Amino acid sequence: MSIFKTSVRPDAGRAPRQATPFKERLLRGATPWLFLAIPLILLATFTLLPVANMVWYSFNEWNGISKDKEWLGLDNYLEFFTRPELFRVFFVSLYYFVASFLQMGLALYFATVLSFSTRFKNLFKGILFFPYLINGVAIGFTFLYFFRPGGTLDATLAALGLEQLQHLWLGDPDVINVSLAGTSVWRYMGLNFVLFLGAIQSVNPSLYEASSLDGAGKWQQFRYIILPSIRPIVGLSMILAISGSLAVFEIPYIMTGGANGSKTFVIQTIDMAFNFNKVGLASAMAVILLVIVLLITALQRKLLPDEKVNLT
Amino acid sequence: MRMRTAAMLAATTSLALTLAACGSGSENGDAGTSADASSGSTEQAIAGDLTVLTNRTDLLDTVFADYKTQFETLYPEVNVKFEAITDYEGEVTTRMSTDDYGDVLLIPNSISANDLPDFFEPLGSVDDLSQTYRFVASEMAFDGTSYGLAITGNANGLVYNKKVWADAGVADIPTTPAEFQEDLQMIADKTDAVPLYTNYADGWPLTQWESNRGEVTANPDAVNELADTDTPWVEGSDHYVIDSLIYDAAAAGLIETDPTTTNWEQSKADLGTGKIGTMALGSWAIVQMQESADDPADIGYMPFPVQVDGKFHTVITGDYKNAINIHSKNKAAAKAWLLWFADESGYAVDQGGVSPRIDGPTPDTLKDFDTAGVEYLELNPAPAGQESTVSDIDSASEIGLWNPEYRQNIVDAARGARDESKQQLFDDLNTRWADARASVEG
Repeated sequence: MSIFKTSVRPDAGRAPRQATPFKERLLRGATPWLFLAIPLILLATFTLLPVANMVWYSFNEWNGISKDKEWLGLDNYLEFFTRPELFRVFFVSLYYFVASFLQMGLALYFATVLSFSTRFKNLFKGILFFPYLINGVAIGFTFLYFFRPGGTLDATLAALGLEQLQHLWLGDPDVINVSLAGTSVWRYMGLNFVLFLGAIQSVNPSLYEASSLDGAGKWQQFRYIILPSIRPIVGLSMILAISGSLAVFEIPYIMTGGANGSKTFVIQTIDMAFNFNKVGLASAMAVILLVIVLLITALQRKLLPDEKVNLT
Repeated sequence: MRMRTAAMLAATTSLALTLAACGSGSENGDAGTSADASSGSTEQAIAGDLTVLTNRTDLLDTVFADYKTQFETLYPEVNVKFEAITDYEGEVTTRMSTDDYGDVLLIPNSISANDLPDFFEPLGSVDDLSQTYRFVASEMAFDGTSYGLAITGNANGLVYNKKVWADAGVADIPTTPAEFQEDLQMIADKTDAVPLYTNYADGWPLTQWESNRGEVTANPDAVNELADTDTPWVEGSDHYVIDSLIYDAAAAGLIETDPTTTNWEQSKADLGTGKIGTMALGSWAIVQMQESADDPADIGYMPFPVQVDGKFHTVITGDYKNAINIHSKNKAAAKAWLLWFADESGYAVDQGGVSPRIDGPTPDTLKDFDTAGVEYLELNPAPAGQESTVSDIDSASEIGLWNPEYRQNIVDAARGARDESKQQLFDDLNTRWADARASVEG
């Protein structure tokens, strides 16, 4: 507001008038809203309204096309909670959940190593971040070739004389989710890495110098300086990892379409809506996922409140 | 895994958006049901702008441009405009929640019969139209009224590489599933080709098997009778025989090594060059296979390996149906285009399909069927009032006869990736079908 006051009234230095005319006051009050109008309209049209619609559908039985819907109340939710097979897909999420810790570990390792002076530092940073820039569909297809029998992975193993490790990487139901979670790690580690790197670089470098004068090794520097400094970022990544694992979609959908036991919750929701024309039930499932993610976020806020880190 | 999270959230949101986007048309429900819509159109002049939606993005500038010229010569006051849509099914179902979905369009397959009158202009009674046209009786008709004319039709069976089959020492096309299995085994033993390619990963090619129902029992009511049975998967039934054929082939290792990494485009070339022996596909695929073959004469088409009374049968089904948008402003012109497309354009035969006209010519692609003496079978329409019963049961059961997942599970079970025997699989399907049937009809 203050910005507008000064810019609208270059004569601010003069003695204020007794009363601002009503019209001007109205305009002044409306100005920020006028600026906000476009983003707000976009937000309402493309986010709030559809979500509200989705919630509405979740109380109805509807096939997605028909002109009439049947009001069901909470029946869709009841159906979901009384069908244990609909929960089975959450087991698949466990693979991604475990993988996300591996991903954060690797990201943290690389971020720490590359925050010290290393040869070809920027090149490695580029290489590690690069996968994140590639389109998800392209990654899906690349890894399909990578995992297919006689594909890149098998060929590499053969070249190393490790033929006995060759597998049907996507064909074997015991391995498929590991393969897919691995793809996911490859793709998203770069982002964790950049986040961690950014956080680590904000640590005051004199701390390293001081600690090494006190005889601290690299591990001790990591353990007692770096890790505590970036704790909020690590905590945030962790929570995002949990909600992310529940809502895995892109990689399994592109690579397998959910076949062979790789179906995730979101794929199941899409199947329900567009293959079985149960838009009501699918909306209920989407709402449930939304609620779970909100709950986890709330929980994280409770358990790991934003604390100021101060080492100096 | 942070960004995956963000992407997932985005995916969830966009899912929400998609789900929501489908709904906005529910307010104009009364527009479609008025009966005077059709009587008004007869007096209209054949003139105006015509927007035609098509799924054939590949033919837009060639074949369809010719059609436009021909049609506009015939009806100079009409101006035809095409809109080719890549994801036809998905995009058009969403667009149908508005009034703006072209003047002539292909009816999306996911429309259920009882919704037809809300969206499309009636074309006439099924009794009248079925004198001239195929596929009107059983497809896209509701309550004795037809809403769409097929652009082309398909026969169903298996595309195979004649050279591979000959190299394996198979002389005649198999007449029983057991013989088919033996032949596949011979291909596996004597050639390097994959005997039967499922195209599991792309999914939709697996749904092509479903088109063969009716051929096993030579029963034009095979699909309608699904509404009356609690056990579609019993010895001798269409589904039992079709699914057993897939199961047995997969269990014996006669399909691709890793079904999860198959590739449709690649499979066309592989069939053409003899790396694949057989694929189950509609007759529409023959032309495409010939195009990617070393020698088009290698591509053969065989009926489903079952004979009833010493004869093979093939079910012929309509492809997409042309229909008129009920909100169209130029319905007379739209109808003229629709009839011209079915009668004059020659689209069906040019594309190697069965003509929508009963007196239309047989395409070259189905010569193999003539040689084998295959009988054409058109499925009977559902009894009045039960047009959507089978698909309702199917949706309620979440089996998804037309979804890849159903047959992916069969392949998975057969190759040992799922812990289920063939009998358990069929028992489970029967139970789900029976439960759904009870809930739909109850």
